[in-house]
Amino acid sequence: MLKVDNLSFGYNSVPIFKNISFRVEKGSLCGLFGPNGSGKTTLFKCCMSFLKYNSGSVSIDGCNVKRKKIEELAKLVAYVPQEHKPPFPYLVKEVVLMGRTPHMGGIFGISEDDKDKVREAIEMLEISHLADRPYNQLSGGQRQLVLIARAMAQETPLMLLDEPTSALDFCNQIRIWNILKKISARGTTILACSHDPNHISWFCDDVIVMYRGGLVAKGDPKSVVSEQLLSTIFNDICSVGYMDHLMMVYPKNIQVGCPVAATNNSSP
Amino acid sequence: MEELSTDVKVSTPTALNFFEARKLCIIFFLAFVMVAGGMVTICLGTYQISIAEVYSIISTHIFSPDIVDSLDKLENTIVWNIRFPRVIMAITVGIGLSVAGTIYQGCFRNPLVEPYILGVSSGAAFGAALGIVYPHIFISIQLGAFVFALLSVFLAYSLARSRGQTPVVTLILAGIIIGSIFSACVSIMKYLSNDIQLREIVFWMMGGFYYTQWGDVKLTVPVVLISVAIMWFFGWKLNVLSMGDEEARALGVNPEVFKFIFIVLATLVTAICVSSVGIIAWVGLMMPHAARLIQGPDNRFVIPTAALMGGVYIIFCDTIARTLTSAEIPIGIITAIVGAPYLIYLLRSKEKEIFG
Repeated sequence: MLKVDNLSFGYNSVPIFKNISFRVEKGSLCGLFGPNGSGKTTLFKCCMSFLKYNSGSVSIDGCNVKRKKIEELAKLVAYVPQEHKPPFPYLVKEVVLMGRTPHMGGIFGISEDDKDKVREAIEMLEISHLADRPYNQLSGGQRQLVLIARAMAQETPLMLLDEPTSALDFCNQIRIWNILKKISARGTTILACSHDPNHISWFCDDVIVMYRGGLVAKGDPKSVVSEQLLSTIFNDICSVGYMDHLMMVYPKNIQVGCPVAATNNSSP
Repeated sequence: MEELSTDVKVSTPTALNFFEARKLCIIFFLAFVMVAGGMVTICLGTYQISIAEVYSIISTHIFSPDIVDSLDKLENTIVWNIRFPRVIMAITVGIGLSVAGTIYQGCFRNPLVEPYILGVSSGAAFGAALGIVYPHIFISIQLGAFVFALLSVFLAYSLARSRGQTPVVTLILAGIIIGSIFSACVSIMKYLSNDIQLREIVFWMMGGFYYTQWGDVKLTVPVVLISVAIMWFFGWKLNVLSMGDEEARALGVNPEVFKFIFIVLATLVTAICVSSVGIIAWVGLMMPHAARLIQGPDNRFVIPTAALMGGVYIIFCDTIARTLTSAEIPIGIITAIVGAPYLIYLLRSKEKEIFG
């Protein structure tokens, strides 16, 4: 679905990443994993052709994105930015309806079909109760759900998400990832970047690991996300363990500072 | 569990609707108010004319121009040559400034931007002053005002733009800088001008519809109405654009192209309004706010609502300006005095709804 070949990009000759190549298979939920500042967001912006890359190529569904018009590209790939507050109090349903823009024409070109697609997306994400509330008065987690609903309404075969869970609480993080799984099960290809190794190993079908402007690993997250890889990119502070067969990445050398917690743990 | 989920699916389509009929009704109502208000205001003035007379004079001119000579000479002159073009011009300027304000606010993603904040007014004032002092430079004062209005916006915008982004604070500062440069240039022009020219510059800048004639109307109305129609046509794109450049791109709206279209048209409209009637403050800031308060922020509805409210507001203010005292009060004074309390009210009570 998404094919990236030998992609390099730099701002004013300061290289951000070099010679990145990977593929994302149709219908998979692929994680783009890397520490802060590893170039994940920049890579996304190159894939969306927000930024003009220096060399290499990006193709979506067999078409080179550089040769695509903005209007055409918007029918191929949807982008979910990190949640933010717009200055105007658009209602949630209006924000989701914006996802239909690439399919609309004319002044009152909003058809019943567009409205149905909006309803469908809003129901899928279970945010019907928010539909008539102003988007910029919602919480961060709710806003992120609205943006995902908008990308759903855009009905593109590929969806890119820029750190969808970075600003959210634990419950909302898990909720978002479960929703992404649900969307990818319906056939949409998803590439989501994240800096949380647990999310990658729990939810993704595939992972691409970026570190210091290069691609260091790719493949099945269960084998790729290992103590060895994490010690390279996270400076040797992680351990990998298992809890009921669920892989857990946790920090090494945490001092158990609270005595009550310590006795509770040792008692059974 | 399954029952519950089907239940939700049945109930939501009715819960989630797009109240467009109500919004359209408001627009039709405002259009009616504007036309009716325009008719009433033609009746008012030192020489009172009945609304039936007004109607008959205007309809005679429009539908059967060959029997115009049979009308009362004095009333015909007052209605057709003085008050009617003036009302048309007032409505046009109200529409133009309100829509330009809406567009600027959407493009710059800031509800506090007004049509003059990028220095359009100072630029236009300088252009007009230049045209007044050195009449041979431009074909007309309007052309001079328009060229410099466009130049000031271009300068402010390019000054604020860095690395493909236009931060709001930088933009406002750039507007202030460009505005003050052109204000200084206006002062130079005032210094260089003789008494008659100085008087003309000062009157020009205070704003007013006193000199409105059919010639101005014929020049201004088509430009404003066509530009407004084009901007309205792209109203939905403005919604998308106001979410930010990258999101607009991802949603298939080319931000550079549409920002260019919007800014050029809004500047064109502002410049032609300012150059015809001088600087009228507040309308372009207030009307978009008021329209958003009634219709929500969807620009497909905000643009026509703001336009009609702007038209109504200007004919209201202009009627006060010419009837309150025996002499005329410049309309810029009236719009500010009537408008400022309204904006204070908005700021104190509706802050959340408007600014989020």
